[in-house]
Amino acid sequence: MSAARPTQPAHAGTLRDGFRVLGVAIRREPGIFTLSTLGSVLFGALTVADASVLGWSTDHVVQPAFRDGDVRAGGLLTIVALFVAVALLRAVGIVARRLGAGVMQYRMQAHYRRAVTRQYLRLPVSWHQQHPTGQLLSNANSDVEAAWAPIAPLPMAVGTVAMMVIAVSQMLLTDVVLAVVGLLVFPLVIVTNVVYQRLQSPLMTRAQALRAELSEVAHESFDGAMVVKSLGREGEETERFAEKAHRLRDVDVRAGRVRAAFDPVLEALPNLGVLAVLLVGVLRVDHGSTDAGNVVTVAYLLTIVSFPIRSLGWLVGEFPRSVVGFERVQSVLDATGEMTYGERVLSRSSSGARLDVRGVGYSYVGGPPLLRELTFTVAPGRTVAVVGPTASGKSTLTSLLVRLVDPVDGQVLLDGADLRELAAGALADHVALVPQQAFLFDDTVRGNVTLGEDVPDERVWEALRQAQADGFVAALPAGLDSRLGERGTTLSGGQRQRLSLARALVRRPRLLVMDDATSAVDPEVEARILAALRGDGRDDATVLVVAYRKATIALADEVVHLRDGRVVDQGPHAELLERSPGYAELVNAYEHEADDPGDPGDPGDPGGPEAQVRVR
Amino acid sequence: MSTASSMDSGESISALRTIARGIELSPELKDGFAGTMAFAVVSTLGRIVVPVAVQQTLDRGVGAGGGPDLAFTGVVAALAAVAVLLTALASYQMTYRLFRSAERGLATLRIKAFRHVHDLPLLTQDTERRGALVSRVTSDVDQVSQFLIFGGIISIVSVGQILIATVLMAVYSWQLTIVVWVCFLPLFASLRFFQQRLSAAYGVVRQQVGVMLSKVSEPVVGAATVRSYAIERRTQDRIDEAIDRYQQASTKAQGLTAFSFSLGGVSAGLANAGVLVIGVLLGVHASSGTMTLGKVLAFAFLVTLFVGPVQVGTQVLTDAQNAIAGWRRVIGILDTPADVVDPGEDGVPLPAGPVAIEFAGVGFAYPGGTPVLHDVDLHVAPDTRLAVVGETGSGKTTLAKLLTRLMDPTSGTVRLDGVDLRRVPFASLRERVVLVPQEGFLFDATLRANARYGRLEAEDADIWRAAEELGLSDWLESLPRGLDTRVGQRGESLSAGERQLVALLRAHLADPDLLVLDEATSAVDPALEMRIGRALERLTKGRTSVTIAHRMSTAEQADEVVVVDRGRVVQRGPHAALVAEGGVYGRLHASWVAQQASLP
Repeated sequence: MSAARPTQPAHAGTLRDGFRVLGVAIRREPGIFTLSTLGSVLFGALTVADASVLGWSTDHVVQPAFRDGDVRAGGLLTIVALFVAVALLRAVGIVARRLGAGVMQYRMQAHYRRAVTRQYLRLPVSWHQQHPTGQLLSNANSDVEAAWAPIAPLPMAVGTVAMMVIAVSQMLLTDVVLAVVGLLVFPLVIVTNVVYQRLQSPLMTRAQALRAELSEVAHESFDGAMVVKSLGREGEETERFAEKAHRLRDVDVRAGRVRAAFDPVLEALPNLGVLAVLLVGVLRVDHGSTDAGNVVTVAYLLTIVSFPIRSLGWLVGEFPRSVVGFERVQSVLDATGEMTYGERVLSRSSSGARLDVRGVGYSYVGGPPLLRELTFTVAPGRTVAVVGPTASGKSTLTSLLVRLVDPVDGQVLLDGADLRELAAGALADHVALVPQQAFLFDDTVRGNVTLGEDVPDERVWEALRQAQADGFVAALPAGLDSRLGERGTTLSGGQRQRLSLARALVRRPRLLVMDDATSAVDPEVEARILAALRGDGRDDATVLVVAYRKATIALADEVVHLRDGRVVDQGPHAELLERSPGYAELVNAYEHEADDPGDPGDPGDPGGPEAQVRVR
Repeated sequence: MSTASSMDSGESISALRTIARGIELSPELKDGFAGTMAFAVVSTLGRIVVPVAVQQTLDRGVGAGGGPDLAFTGVVAALAAVAVLLTALASYQMTYRLFRSAERGLATLRIKAFRHVHDLPLLTQDTERRGALVSRVTSDVDQVSQFLIFGGIISIVSVGQILIATVLMAVYSWQLTIVVWVCFLPLFASLRFFQQRLSAAYGVVRQQVGVMLSKVSEPVVGAATVRSYAIERRTQDRIDEAIDRYQQASTKAQGLTAFSFSLGGVSAGLANAGVLVIGVLLGVHASSGTMTLGKVLAFAFLVTLFVGPVQVGTQVLTDAQNAIAGWRRVIGILDTPADVVDPGEDGVPLPAGPVAIEFAGVGFAYPGGTPVLHDVDLHVAPDTRLAVVGETGSGKTTLAKLLTRLMDPTSGTVRLDGVDLRRVPFASLRERVVLVPQEGFLFDATLRANARYGRLEAEDADIWRAAEELGLSDWLESLPRGLDTRVGQRGESLSAGERQLVALLRAHLADPDLLVLDEATSAVDPALEMRIGRALERLTKGRTSVTIAHRMSTAEQADEVVVVDRGRVVQRGPHAALVAEGGVYGRLHASWVAQQASLP
């Protein structure tokens, strides 16, 4: 849920900025804008024309017919033709205006959504780390929507302005005094609108904030359903929700009261204006200063224009949200600092890759160092376990190895090539990362494993087998074609991890990086996975695995012991146990949880890990 | 068994039944309805009276045959001004009253739905749908409220205006009234057709929004995966496709809306032409006096009073589709039966003291799924520390859920102290039986508030005493802000291990006689791990406890171990005896030992 953002009253700055944002849209889609505006003007002009058609028909056909007691078919046909033509043209105007505004709005949304997501794909992971997920999602969704919301009332507003100009000049041409009397309504309508906005906008802001709070309470309460239920706290939770719901209700009713008071006023003003025109008009006719026809014309024009003035209010009312949304989207589009790539491509051999980490240091911008002078080497085909307490820098290390981020100092080399010298996409041919939290795409099982590469099904099954995922995938209703994700099958944490592992294995990477990637898997199943990885023998990949469990450490030829972002020691497990007291303590503490599986297979597994990768 | 684990989408309910049921659920909607209608009648009449007065003034006052009639104009204009003010007052009353009853009624609906969601098994079974449940009590209700108020106002006034205009027209000429209605009949007849199309088109739009949002989230939520597999191109293509589809669906729906809206104007044109043509023909050919020029012109004016509300009213019908769909979804929640029903007053409260457990021929299957448990028979003496062990998918978590009555068995009975769980009132059950779920979920509040969630009346001293008893007081003291520590959303300001500690503290304050623990699996710091172990040990003292064990060490420390395999209890006894016995437990244990032994 995006938090409520303050909607400041439309001051001059917002007004100017609002028009500037609209200018962007008009420049981008001039054709469709022109079309819908023409539609709107056509509609306005024909609304006025309707009265002329009635007048013409009365003068030329109806009146003579009644006078003469005779009627010519031609005249009647002309009436029908005129009315139908005006009606059809007006219908065309309506369709052009509404459809045009819609098409323009949807196109702008699509342009900006494409642009924003392209930025997301282009900007480095370090940029992603500095921006909360929720914010980035709302930039691409609700901010884009807010930015282009004023497009919907835009053609109507432009048409209204055109109509007003025509009508007001006609009024002035007809009778200046009556026109001035009638036009007194305009400032009154505008002032009423301004007062209305002043009273209403703080209430709206408050209601918006309460809506966000209400939604947060519901989210949290449903998230914690197990706790709520098991402690029988449904009543207290309902009270907590009810309290917010009642406050929202009260604010909504207050806002409703303001609206209930102003809507009738805005409706009454033009009517009073017309009555004023009539009164002054009859005096002037009596005086001989004007004739009855002029009074009728001015009164009629006044009724036509005074209601649509409000459509300008709708347009301006969208501005504050639009400007904020546009600025937020623009800040994503203006972000710079994508990763640069070299030209090198590594030759694809079937054996494992050699990994050198040389003097690597890393810290977030402005943060304390997370890794310091890290140096170690993994020979081709070897398996290395990275062991260390929480926050020792293990996950950061894995993200450097697949170049999600670049080191601040030092270099990471694959087969002797600095990762920064490799061509874009070249690294992924050789290295695969299995993160701690598996991310699944809204796609089929096959799509999630192959990620669009043309891989025969046998190889997909082979990878699933290695990851011990073939069993549950075979049991899914549509096998490899079963859909996963929000609208698909719900998988447990352990099942997700195994699919994520199969995704890495199907590519036969030369360096496999696993960041505690089997934490939610049963120990027995994990043992089988590790055995499958190890016993492959065909083309031994180099493996670097962040390990929490003894069983995982047991798989490794060597251990890199990290603490506070530094390598404390490196060597075979047995040697480290002997010479490094800190290491023994750490590993023996793990022993308590050496059989520490998830309970992933149970259909009722509560709270599987969110589909979220945190690199940080 | 009911199939409450699927949420009733309510799609099958008709619009009228939805509204009737909605009013039944929110009785406030009826409050003062008669008064609101009275104001609506005044306000509607005003909308007709004013233009008629204006027309009369123009005809007889300004443009009167013998020169302008000042007195007449003055009187009518004054009367009209009074009518305008009365109309405004009535409109204010009507709108405000509608706002008040709609907001009150919908707040009630929201709260009822929220309460009911907590009774739905769906909430604990299908974590991915929680977002949908939240939107049912938030945005879906908002949608209904918008419609009830504005749709309500506009449709009441529009229908009223159409009726009054029809009556006025009929007074002038019944023949021309028929002409007008005939011109509008095709529009009224086509409404249903268009409503169905529109409803389908907007249904597609809503669906495509969902797809698009999910695709757009991929480069954000899955940033690391997309980047490390270098699938930017493919991800972009998938996003572009979803954006295109959404754009197409929206454009189609918009086109349909625009087209259906334009029909009203065409009907109006036909009606105007029809009135003039038939009016002239009647005037010329029928016996004289039936139709006069004045009548025809006055009628042409009345037609405009008829056309306006028809146009606006058809627009409201389009919005109504969306609102009624929202209302349906909320009602769908309330009409989804709760799987587990509180016997309330008629129930048998549990006696005090450690609880004895009995499973008699218990079986369980999720609706439409294969059985997860078969024929489980199990007796556990009071004050036993029991561990349940089994492979993933063996059914051990299901056992815990049945024991705490988060679900009811499909067959057989679960009894506590000899009482069928289905007969125990929730108040008694939740007080005596507490489940500590796998991941310690905390609310975004202080540590104190989270601990007190176990016992609402607990004072700080009680919390400190409980912490002391669990050996956690030094940890609590080590926190700079102590009980005032804010734990953050879902408790994420604390580490996973610390969240566990708070969950245990909470359970201890609740002081149950049966404690059901689903052991946590997330890796935590060794030091904290030991602390959790010690706290657990103390927490289980003096109560019956059932631990769904994921660690062999937990099983070793239990008084008794129950081994579940493929939905059946296959072994039972103390750890040592089971190791000697072999079987499933022997195998699980051997695999654990092998893992330990693989290291020097």
